[in-house]
Formats: sequence, C-alpha cells, structure tokens
Amino acid sequence: MLGKEHLGIPSPWDPDGARRIAVELKGLEGPLLPILHAINDRFGHVNTEAIVIVADVLNLSRADVQGVVSFYHDFRREPHGRHVVKVCRAEACQSMGSEDLAARLERALGIKFGETTSDRRITLEPVYCLGNCALSPSVLIDGELHGRMDESKVLALVSEERP
Amino acid sequence: MTVKVFVPCDAAALSMGAEAVANAVHAEIVSRKLDFRLIRNGSRGLLWLEPLVEVETPKGRVGYGPVKATDVKSIFDAGLGQAHKLNVGLVEEIPYLKKQERLTFARCGITDPLSLEDYEAHGGLKGLRKALEMAPAAIVQAVTDSGLRGRGGAGFPTGIKWKTVLQTESPQKYVVCNADEGDSGTFSDRMIMEGDPFALIEGMAIAGVAVGATRGYVYIRSEYPHAFKQMNSAIEVARENGLLGTNVLGSNHIFDMETRLGAGAYICGEETSLLESLEGKRGQIRPKPPLPAIAGLFSKPTVVNNLVSLASVPVILSEGPEHYKNFGMGRSRGTMPIQLAGNIKRGGLIERAFGITLRELIEDYGGGTYTGRPVRAVQVGGPLGAYWPTNLFDVPLDYEAFAAKGGMVGHGGVVVFDDTVDLAKQARFAFEFCAIESCGKCTPCRIGSARGAETVDKIMRGERVIENIDLVRDLCETLRDGSLCALGGLTPMPVMSAIEHFPEDFDRKPSHAAAAE
Repeated sequence: MLGKEHLGIPSPWDPDGARRIAVELKGLEGPLLPILHAINDRFGHVNTEAIVIVADVLNLSRADVQGVVSFYHDFRREPHGRHVVKVCRAEACQSMGSEDLAARLERALGIKFGETTSDRRITLEPVYCLGNCALSPSVLIDGELHGRMDESKVLALVSEERP
Repeated sequence: MTVKVFVPCDAAALSMGAEAVANAVHAEIVSRKLDFRLIRNGSRGLLWLEPLVEVETPKGRVGYGPVKATDVKSIFDAGLGQAHKLNVGLVEEIPYLKKQERLTFARCGITDPLSLEDYEAHGGLKGLRKALEMAPAAIVQAVTDSGLRGRGGAGFPTGIKWKTVLQTESPQKYVVCNADEGDSGTFSDRMIMEGDPFALIEGMAIAGVAVGATRGYVYIRSEYPHAFKQMNSAIEVARENGLLGTNVLGSNHIFDMETRLGAGAYICGEETSLLESLEGKRGQIRPKPPLPAIAGLFSKPTVVNNLVSLASVPVILSEGPEHYKNFGMGRSRGTMPIQLAGNIKRGGLIERAFGITLRELIEDYGGGTYTGRPVRAVQVGGPLGAYWPTNLFDVPLDYEAFAAKGGMVGHGGVVVFDDTVDLAKQARFAFEFCAIESCGKCTPCRIGSARGAETVDKIMRGERVIENIDLVRDLCETLRDGSLCALGGLTPMPVMSAIEHFPEDFDRKPSHAAAAE
C-alpha cells in the first residue's frame, strides 16, 4: 500500500529501486505524492537524483518535482537517523508544557529541531498536531504515538541499550 | 456463550499503552482457557480513561480504566465485572457519556471498526439503502433540509454544495473527503477513521449516488498513520462486500474510493489547496471562482466535505432530516462533536446539540484543568480560533453566536490553558505558525505573518509597546482583508483576541539591557 506503514532504518540509496517505485505507481490519478512518499519511506529522504528520476518517469520538469518536494514538510533532503522523534509543538501540547519538553530534548540530545545526532541515532522534528490533544504532550516515535510524555520517557523510548 | 472483551485500537488509547494491555488480556484469556473474544474497538472518547477496557456482562458493558498492562492480571483475578480499583461501572452510565447526544458517533467505541456485520447490526447501511431508492435530487434535498453545515470550520451548508455538483454536467465527478485534520485540539476525524470507518465510506457513497460521482478520495494527513492504515483496511472490507465497486449494495450505481496521504502541510486542509495536493502539486491555494463544485479535482465537479460532515450523512438519511434538524439552535442544526483538549482533567470527545456552553463543557465534563490551577484562557476552533477569557464561557456553541463575539466554532476543538499561559507568546505563535504553514501564494499571509511575529517579539521585549501594538492591529487588518484564504485571513483572530481580552500580557516593560541602550 502507499505511504508509511512504519518507519525504520532507511535503505541505502538505490536509483533503480527509486525508478521501480515511480514506474509502479505512475498509473494512479495524481501519482506524484504517492511516489515521493514511497521513496521518502524507503530511503529516508528524497535526493536530487530521485527528483531527476521521478521527473523523467512522470514526464514532468525537474523544477516541478523539486517544487513539490520542497513544499511539503514530510519530504527530507537528508536521510533520517535510526529513530525519528516528532514532538508536537501545537497549542494543545503547549498548554501542557511541550515547549519546555522541546527545549529539554534539544539540550539532552545536543541538536536542534530538524537535525540528526552525530551518531545517526536520533532525528528530532517538530510536528503541528498529532490528534492526541486530550493526552498532551504527545510525541510520535518511529511512527508510534505516545501521550503524556516527558523528557525521561522520550529518552527511554529511544534508548538502544538493552536492559 | 463467548464473552466479548474490548481493548481500543484508537491511537489515543495506543498512546497510553493499549497495545500492551491487549497483549496482556490475550495472554490471560489463553492461560485461563476462557471462552472470551478480544475485540479491538474504537474509542468511546472518554480519553482520560484510556486505555479503557470493557467487558460484556448481562447488565451491559463494564469498564476499567485507565488500565496498564500490569493491572490486567488483577482484573482477571477479581473476576470480570467484579469489584476492582479500576472498575468504572457500566460505561453507558458514566455521566460524561450518558449526557451526550450521539448521532455521528453513535457506534464509535461500541463496534468492531472493521466488521461490516457489526456495523449493520448497529444501524449502519440503512442510510445508503434508503438513498439508493431515492432520486438524486431528493437525497440532496434531505441533506439540505437537515440543516447540516460544513463541520470542517467554514460552516457552509452541505446540501448547497451537493446541489451545485449535481446540477453541473460532466462525464466524471468526484467526492473528496477532507481528513486533513490539522487544527490543534481536534481529533474527531481521526476517531471516526479508527473507530467507525464505514460511517465515512457510507457517507461518501451516499454523496456519490446523490451527485453522480463515481470516484472518491479521502485525503488523510500523514500525522495520522493509524487512521490511514485503518481506513485502507476498511475500504478493502467494503469492496469485498460490495459496498464499494461497480454495483453499490447490488444497485446499478458505481462508486469506489481510495485514500491519499498528505505530506505535513497544514494549508492542505484548505479545500483548493487539498485539491492541488491530490493532483500532485504544491499545496498552493486556488483563487475562487471557479468553485470546486463546478471545477474541482482535475477540473471536474467535486464535492469537498469535511469528514464529520460526510460521516453525519448516513444518520440524516436513515433517521430523516427532521430528526437531525431537531437538535441544535438557530441556524446551527444537529450535533457537534466537540473535542475537549489541552490542559484539562477529563479530556475527550463530547457530541452534543449546538447550544451547549463552554462552561458546561470545561467545568461539568472536563472537571477543570489537568494541573489543578485556575482556567485562564481557552482557544476554540483551532490555531485560527480566538483566545477567550472565562467571562465568555456562557456564550452558546453556535456558529452565529460565536462569530458575534469575535470567535468561531471551527472544527469544534476546545483547548484549555491554565493561569500560567502567556497570551503574548500565544499571539506570537499564531503569527509564527502562519509563517511556517503559509503556501506563499499571497503577500499578506507570506510576508505579514513573519513581520507580525517580529513585531510581537518587540512588544515582548518592551520596545515601543503602544506603537507596536498599533502596528500589529494594522497588520492584522491587512491580513484579514487582503489574504486569499482563511490561513492569512483568520490568523488575526487569535492575535487580536489575545490583545483584546488579555491586554495585561502585552503591557511589557523594557528589560534592563534594552533600557540601558
């Protein structure tokens, strides 16, 4: 099926694989977003080479595809880390201290939002509402939703040390 | 007799550990060799009780909540339905639920969301069956007569949209469901997709039959991975059972649908931007006219409705427009699924007829703030809604009454803040959010939002406060009158309401560093 089934460690970039995705989905009505999602899911990002391939398969200009990739927050230009932590920074979560949580996570991980730790363990991203607004603060970690979060709970969920 | 045990698969329940609870329940059933069946239902919307485990008993369904996986063994030890510290009694008798008027959410949390049999046993498909025996114009008339208005926020009469599409000749027409529920404080679309997806499918099929559209799309935001998956599964089941396809429920009507995933752009909740996105373009808004009802998806006549609007159509058809219309007040007819969120003790989904007050919602249902501190402000209607103080809590929930006080009902999200909130910071965020999410098409929104955030920064630093507040006021007028769509047009609402109602938060003094310059 199209789109995110789960997030995992991105596959290494493979132009033939990207082309196969584009060819397989090109028959859909409005195929560009489904194709970009599938590439972004598989490889963790949509790079310039992918843009060229997709433009070729769909007979669009590179600028058209580039414009779409840059418009949407979901499409990354760099591969993500082994864990993707999306912290909700919208109003309902703000009312429950999400800005404090966001600042603490930046400090604890030593990165800003939109960045990946140097050991490639964690990518930290903002998100504006996960639809879990009665159980704030909410965080989406590797595609799984977690409510009533705090710094220690988030860090425990992305810890790779086995107990 | 097999006993049914329910553990929700709703994302909010999962966010509090429902998966581990379901696994623990399953393990107990197996190890105790019980004749029990575990059902993954949707959520009842009593979100502070999630995960809410329910057990069928001769008296009704008994609930336990909030349950942790480690509580499961003791619940089975005590005997299901027996006294236990987490036993909340008969779920239907919990006042939060009992006092509701559930029409659109009548089945949510009760049924197995992917069982069409269960759906039918609880009143499903009656609306579509009725519609299949009616003339298209009569279906549209019924929706018009019900008084249903767009639940996405704009409140435009649904029947009028449908009528336009019906009357526009075209070899291909579309039904598009806007499930890009981006407003903070809202989750009703998500709950339907996860808890009663057939209600949406039935509503879309009725819309298709009514206007002569054979294809439908549900545009789901990527922030809802669980809803996306559940919707796809439900569409599969609907297809296998002939609810979708070339002979809808054995009739000669064709209707099929599929999901499409958004890509993290709030603006795609705006209907024309959503259509651009579905076509595979940047989600930039289209100037109107032409209306999407005349030239929408791929320039074909298109019904674009919010998910809750579409999911309300089956009950309007099955029970009759009069039944639906008898709920509500003034020109706001029917019920509204209100989502109580933010800093609130008992948050959740409350479906009530229009006319209920914020006071009843926040005090009676919500029980005050989660932190236990006094309520200071509430934002109703998402990030573009007004911030209101407690002295406006008696305004009845009604499109016109809210507008008269400078607010809006929007998609029904109510976000509560305690007395630690800084409204200048919230006003700044409103501009910042507009700047992040602006599609860039029109100048007031693209540039004005960034300048607005900078100006509020100056106010917060105590720089020429009075002059800068005047500047914000002026900028807000430009945004309101000069933007192409609601994002730029309504960003002034949270900003100006914060300044109007909470002027003390903007009365900043220069910091020592700034004063020394």
